[in-house]
Formats: sequence, structure tokens, C-alpha cells
Amino acid sequence: MLLFSLVVVTLICAVQAIRAKQLITSSLWLALVSALCSVLLFMYGAHLVAVIELSVGAGLVTVLFVFAINMVGDDPIETKPVPPRWLGMGLALLFIFLLGWYVLPGSIVSSASAVVEQPMSEVLWQQRGIDLVVQVVLIFSGVLGLLGLLAEVKAPLEGSVASEVLSRREDEMKAMESQYLSGQETSR
Amino acid sequence: MSLSLFNIALVGLIGLLGIGFYGLMASRNLIRIIVALQIMVKGALLGLIAAGQVNGQVNLGQSMALTVIVADTIVAVMGMALGVQIRARLGTLDVRALSRLRG
Repeated sequence: MLLFSLVVVTLICAVQAIRAKQLITSSLWLALVSALCSVLLFMYGAHLVAVIELSVGAGLVTVLFVFAINMVGDDPIETKPVPPRWLGMGLALLFIFLLGWYVLPGSIVSSASAVVEQPMSEVLWQQRGIDLVVQVVLIFSGVLGLLGLLAEVKAPLEGSVASEVLSRREDEMKAMESQYLSGQETSR
Repeated sequence: MSLSLFNIALVGLIGLLGIGFYGLMASRNLIRIIVALQIMVKGALLGLIAAGQVNGQVNLGQSMALTVIVADTIVAVMGMALGVQIRARLGTLDVRALSRLRG
């Protein structure tokens, strides 16, 4: 019962993270989802992953989100989403229904206690060694991404790029026109 | 009717995936899209650990979940870096504005 109520609270927090009007609120709800997920993982016996999820998911990622939101600002986007909200909601509900229909009947399995579980160190370092190499590469690319995040940022443009280009072109045309007119006056 | 541990995890998994999926479709803000992706990944994590537990191989599930956490964090960092740079250059975080760009 406790586990089920935790799952329900996690889902409510996830909905709030999507529905929140401000980005900063959304990121805080996401941090709560991460924390609740780590509690769930702990209750399922995955102690190592629970601790890492709590420190990385609820800690590091939230700090990065707050940092990035501070840099980009929290301007709302006025235009409506590409698929209308009712269509998005319908598709999401259909997705949930189909996934549940596919997965839940097959989930009634007896616990396979005959499998001998190997220690974590052996599984991680010997069986899943290639995963660790991939993780090293990913962390390296993450460092490069962080450098991009921290790179010097120019001031935001006033309008879109297209209007910027148009205004520059108009300035150039005016300069050429005045040059032409002054040339005509000197020839007279 | 009582739900087993695995069924409860599946309910969480399906719910988180669905909510994240809706967020991906409904949001046009780049940061919100990353939030939706994060929610979907939380569901996947829950599923991996629950599958490991039901098969009696929690450690295998944990090692896979570890890789997923690393990849997920890197995706979030790269997405945020892209968002910051795009906001600085184009003045918006709207993904539709990005799709109108021509090379």
C-alpha cells in the first residue's frame, strides 16, 4: 500500500512538472519526482542506483536546471502547441492504454528465485565492462556540453534573426541611396 | 485485488512514460522538453529495476540503470547547453522557431 501510494504521489508530481507555468517550478517538481523515484528504487532493493539517482537526478540536474533557467530567463511562449492539447492528451492516453494492455497481462510472473545473483562488482566491472567505456565517453561529451553551457553568451537579439538581417539590408540600401544622390549633386 | 510489487512498478512506469510523452508533444519550450524527457527516463529506470527484481537479478538491473542515469544526465546537460546558446543567438527557446531555420 505504501509503495502504491508512493507511485501515485510520483505521478502527481510528474503531472505538476509538466503543467507548471514557470520553468523554475517545473524543475523543482522534477526534483521531487527524482527524489520519490529514488525512494521507490530503494524499496525495490536497488540501493546503489537509489543513492546515485538521489544525488544526480535530484541534486546535480536540478542545480543545472536552475542555472540554465537563470541564464535563459523564463519567458512564456504565447503560441499554441503544434498538436492541439486535446489531441496530445488523447494520444498520451492511448499510449498509456496500449502500453498497459500489452505489458500488464504478461506481468503475472512468478519470481525467478532459481537464478543465482552475482555480486554487484562482478556484474558491473566484468559483465558490463563495455557499458563503463560508453559511460566514460558520455561523461567526456557531457563535460564538453557543460563548457558550452558556461561559454560566454552574447546579449539576446531584439527580434528574430530574419528581422535583424532585413534591418541591416535596409540600412545598406539607405547608405547606397544617399551615396548615389550625393554623387549626382557633385556631377551637377 | 492486490497488486504485486512488479505490477505497482509497471503502473509507475506506464504513468511516467505517458506523462512524459504528453509533455513532449504539448511543450514547445526547449527546457520543458528536457523536463519531459527526464520524466520518461525515470519511468524507464523504475522498469529496469523492477524487471531485475522479478528475475532475481537486481544487480544486473542496477548496472543497466546506472548507464541510463549517466546517459540521461548527459542528455540533459547537452540540451541545456543548446538551449542557452540558442536563446542567446535567436532570442527564443521555441522549437518551432528553430525548425524555420534555413542553412
